Amino acid sequence: MSINQEPIKGKAFVLGKNIDTDQIIPAAHLVYSLEDPEERKLYGKYALSGVPIAESGLPHGNIPLTKEGETDSEFKIIVASDNFGCGSSREHAPASLEIAGIEAIISSSYARIFYRNSVDGGFLIPFESYEDLSTEIHTGDELEIDQVNHQLKNVTQDKVYKIKPLGSVADIVHAGGIFEYARQNGMVPAK
Amino acid sequence: MGMTLTEKILAKHSGRDRVSPGDNVWVDVDILMTHDVCGPPAIGIFHKQFGENAKVWDKEKLVIIPDHYIFTNDKYANRNVDVLRAFAAEQDLPYFYDVGTDSYKGVCHVALPEEGFTRPGEVLFGTDSHTCTAGAFGQFATGIGNTDAAFIMGTGKLWVKVPETMRFVFEGTSLPPYLMAKDVILQIIGDIGTDGATYRTMEFAGPGIKALTMEDRMTLTNMAIEAGGKNGVVEPDEVTEAYVKARTNKPYEKVYSDPDAQYHSVRHYNLEEMVPMVAKPHSPDNKATVEEVEGGYLDRAYIGSCTGGKLSDFRAAAEIIRGNKVKLDTYIVPATTEIARALETETIFGTPLIDIFREAGCKIGNASCAACLGGPSDTFGRLNNEEVCISSTNRNYPGRMGSKQSQVYLASPYTVAASAVTGVITDPRVFIQETVI
Ligand code: SF4
Repeated sequence: MSINQEPIKGKAFVLGKNIDTDQIIPAAHLVYSLEDPEERKLYGKYALSGVPIAESGLPHGNIPLTKEGETDSEFKIIVASDNFGCGSSREHAPASLEIAGIEAIISSSYARIFYRNSVDGGFLIPFESYEDLSTEIHTGDELEIDQVNHQLKNVTQDKVYKIKPLGSVADIVHAGGIFEYARQNGMVPAK
Repeated sequence: MGMTLTEKILAKHSGRDRVSPGDNVWVDVDILMTHDVCGPPAIGIFHKQFGENAKVWDKEKLVIIPDHYIFTNDKYANRNVDVLRAFAAEQDLPYFYDVGTDSYKGVCHVALPEEGFTRPGEVLFGTDSHTCTAGAFGQFATGIGNTDAAFIMGTGKLWVKVPETMRFVFEGTSLPPYLMAKDVILQIIGDIGTDGATYRTMEFAGPGIKALTMEDRMTLTNMAIEAGGKNGVVEPDEVTEAYVKARTNKPYEKVYSDPDAQYHSVRHYNLEEMVPMVAKPHSPDNKATVEEVEGGYLDRAYIGSCTGGKLSDFRAAAEIIRGNKVKLDTYIVPATTEIARALETETIFGTPLIDIFREAGCKIGNASCAACLGGPSDTFGRLNNEEVCISSTNRNYPGRMGSKQSQVYLASPYTVAASAVTGVITDPRVFIQETVI
């Protein structure tokens, strides 16, 4: 995740609403180690594999996040409708998206634990949009997130949208996660 | 201005006189619970951040309950239990409920109260979204991720944003004989939606609470997360006290919402007027009355999990199944080993519940999460194909119980049992006479 405030650029992967953590990383895959470098890659391979294929990569669907046999995705930014990340507390969900190469999400709203895990673990940045952009943006569009001016640019469609500032979690996001934040504030001893 | 129960607990645990919704506070943690899915990565982060030789902040306050992937040949799943075992030994943890030993429990959210870890007024975090179940005991309890759990293991603290509280007031003095707490919470989730309580507390209150047993209350708070809630909570009373005192000697302080506390919203439900409900595939808020979907096609029935695998859930199911043969493949999975033992000793008209289920042709599994969350392909009761299942569990998102092709209806154990006996979706009122009209 970019912990400075550089623009985040990359291709959009678009999803609908209520994408729950079983769709983000199906429970059968939660057994792999996140520390073992080889096993860890399996999370990238199976990220978003629980999304019904017709709804994966909107508007047309039938696009897996990571191509068959690969562990890295060509997409960098997820765009989704309401309640992204609902369901279980598995931190494997934001972790698997990060491992697949996702750097940020733009959704009209999030489920609480997913949002918190994304921020505290420093996996990716969950931005909130003012309106539902999942019907405007197409999978594959080139996007740029301007973190300083809170804007999203759709380079492909030449459109600009305002996004919400990060609010009270901004300090943790910019520190890179809860441990880095706590070290900066003397709550946890430096390593 | 007064405070809600949740605000009071967070104020006390952050050393303040008062807190208001939206405040970010660091709270002291009374209990941290983790299990076999999220424990190993949390332990990994703990060691990485605090050092290989680091010790947890308070070993009396860390509870490790393996429950998710237990009876499987999956090598990774079994390795994860080994990781917990090694950590419990290294840290000399008194509360590790190891697989294959007499202390093995099963589903964490039912095991925590059974072992006396859910005490009014306290703060409990767990690496599982249904940790909100413990709010039934009048405590603040919510689910967190691995990083947050590792942070608590090292510091005993965590930041919390104080939630607004939604109050659900229950009128009425009893549940109708065909109704269960599951019907009540399915109705509420259907009314407010899967994000209807996001970032908020769901406080269940009113005179109707008196009619609910501890197990009923746990069913309500368990599914607060299915409406996006941060926590669910019920004010403690003599029912709570009786349960907790039977399980622990630890002192605790009961906390109540002030009469002039500020709420986000207040909704009223009359328990006596409610009817059996289902959540249709593929979302817990896809509500219908059982009457509306009666006769619907089914392949399987499943009774289990932290929501619907408690002793009272099996007693309810057995009342209907007794003397019948099931027409569907019917899976019975007690949440904990304590409940599994009780199935042998609890009787209806002299017949142990376990015999009622066996004689009806049900398949009986070992205490664990089993197919509630799908799990490895050899998991007991897992939906591996296009099955349509009616289940007493709490989630029916696509693929939750296994295959993406399967479909799950969520319902009360009464409704699941009635459907198992007839072979199609069936209103339990067919079996249970209405004594209150
Ligand atoms: S029984 Fe189901 S919902 Fe409960 S903890 Fe286990 S997997 Fe989660």
